[in-house]
Amino acid sequence: MSADFLYGIEVIINGLMAGVLYALVALGFVLIFKASGIFNYAQGVMALFAALTLVGIMEGQVPFSHLINAIFGTEVHHFGWEVPALLAIALTVLIMIGFAWAVQRFVFRHLVGQEPIILFMATIGLAYFLEGVGDLMWGSDIKTLALGLPQGGSLAVEEWTAGLGGDDFYGFFIDKLDMIATIVAILLVASLIIFAQYTKQGRAMRAVADDHQAALSVGISLNFIWVLVWSLAGIVALVAGVMWGAKSGVQFSLSLIALKALPVLMLGGFTSIPGAIVGGLIIGVGEKLFEYTIGAPFLGGATENWFAYMLALIFLVFRPQGLFGEKIIERV
Amino acid sequence: MKDTVEPYVTDDGRTIGGVLMDMRNITLRFGGVEAIKDISFDIREGEIRAIIGPNGAGKSSMLNVISGFYNPQEGEVWFRGEKRPQMRPYQVARLGIARTFQNIALFEGMTVLDNIMTGRLTHMKSGMFWQALWAGRAEKEEVENREKVERIIDFLEIQAIRKTPVGRLPYGLKKRVELARALAAEPKLLLLDEPMAGMNVEEKEDMSRFILDVNDEFGTTIALIEHDMGVVMDLSDRVVVMDYGRKIGDGTPDEVRGNQEVIDAYLGVAHD
Repeated sequence: MSADFLYGIEVIINGLMAGVLYALVALGFVLIFKASGIFNYAQGVMALFAALTLVGIMEGQVPFSHLINAIFGTEVHHFGWEVPALLAIALTVLIMIGFAWAVQRFVFRHLVGQEPIILFMATIGLAYFLEGVGDLMWGSDIKTLALGLPQGGSLAVEEWTAGLGGDDFYGFFIDKLDMIATIVAILLVASLIIFAQYTKQGRAMRAVADDHQAALSVGISLNFIWVLVWSLAGIVALVAGVMWGAKSGVQFSLSLIALKALPVLMLGGFTSIPGAIVGGLIIGVGEKLFEYTIGAPFLGGATENWFAYMLALIFLVFRPQGLFGEKIIERV
Repeated sequence: MKDTVEPYVTDDGRTIGGVLMDMRNITLRFGGVEAIKDISFDIREGEIRAIIGPNGAGKSSMLNVISGFYNPQEGEVWFRGEKRPQMRPYQVARLGIARTFQNIALFEGMTVLDNIMTGRLTHMKSGMFWQALWAGRAEKEEVENREKVERIIDFLEIQAIRKTPVGRLPYGLKKRVELARALAAEPKLLLLDEPMAGMNVEEKEDMSRFILDVNDEFGTTIALIEHDMGVVMDLSDRVVVMDYGRKIGDGTPDEVRGNQEVIDAYLGVAHD
């Protein structure tokens, strides 16, 4: 096989792995949108907040330490212990569930039946609020997430695949962290699907996503389901935040990963879980392949920054409901 | 005989038991408008109870009070001998009161089978973990639920469309699926909001037969709202007649038919 062809395959593999992460972020949006019709602008900030909380707990940081020090004139910063990663993850999940409950109890319970645009505005407020709380709790400095995950190219894959091509091919370069992120994302999506298909709560969740009135009539509490989907979205945000944070540090720009999910949603549709997954993969592969074949050789590179949005725009023109979204029919 | 709360046997051999649901002096207001004015009536175990009245009489409001979608400003709702506190609709459903809707509320994206299975949700007791693994008590429970649902599917003669997404079904079949979902909950009280609305004659006959069969076979107590007078008189054991939010008649179909106020308000055409 020619080296060019094999490098093309490498680009596709890397694209698929990036796509899985995009899909993960998009999934958080879809979960909430399907069940409640809320487009959650705060999804990206939730990923940032979850990652910040995880790092803070692991390092034994005192939450709100700046505030405490300012008020009481103390100098506390750390408890002086470190929390093992698994325990810290469990605690962060609990905090995200608490957050989901609070969001439902104090914000959206009072906005039931409001226009979508009002719900959307509420999530914008929520995003800035959560960003502020994150800063106040854990400080605004860039943190490194030391989960002990391996990083860098995998030598094993490189050696194993080197024999595929001739002398000018050195094997696939595949990042170990990307591989782990892919496996984790696949496991998460699989458990979400099993949850939605087979458990009572999952079935109730699908029922609420379909029809609120009918769901009530078979004994489903809408409030409970909304707390549930916000919790799931929080857990998805945590995973996305961890994977992205491990790559490029936990800092404010992490919240911008939500922007990457927008084209994925336009492609896959806002209401489809398979859509989010396929959309993420298409965007991941598309932008890497475009960069490799057209962007770098002819357009001066860096096309990955805008390719996804251009693709989404084309989709908006020809298929506004996305690949799998429900067809939009306006009754006249 | 029917004035007492002693059980009695109807002409067609069904046993009507004690009071299942007792609505006492219910008043419901929307702002300044009184949709229901001080209405009392009861529903007895095993009977088919109809609420009729012209458009805007407050029938649907009454059904929504029973099912917890509206909470009345005044009055008490008694169910199975206990006063029911203010409840949300899902809590009422968990008490064993299932309902259908005038405008059909089904899960359009799900298959007929999945729709009916949602009716069993309140009966699923095993843990989430076991359900996800499809093991232990969850597996046994799932099999039982499936059997019950299949029995209802057979009963309502919708085997052929079990796997069809509900969104693709014609109106009459949707109504039947909605009835099936409500039945799957094995309700103590089944509320039907205009079950025959918008149906052709043949569909109406089918639906009437199913309602009678459900009552007969499962012994389900049924309260229904209906526009079609003929249908109501044939189906029900007792009828409440409403007009402008007031109760103007209550009794057997024959008694109601002879009530002058009812004739004036609603059956005007039958009176010359």
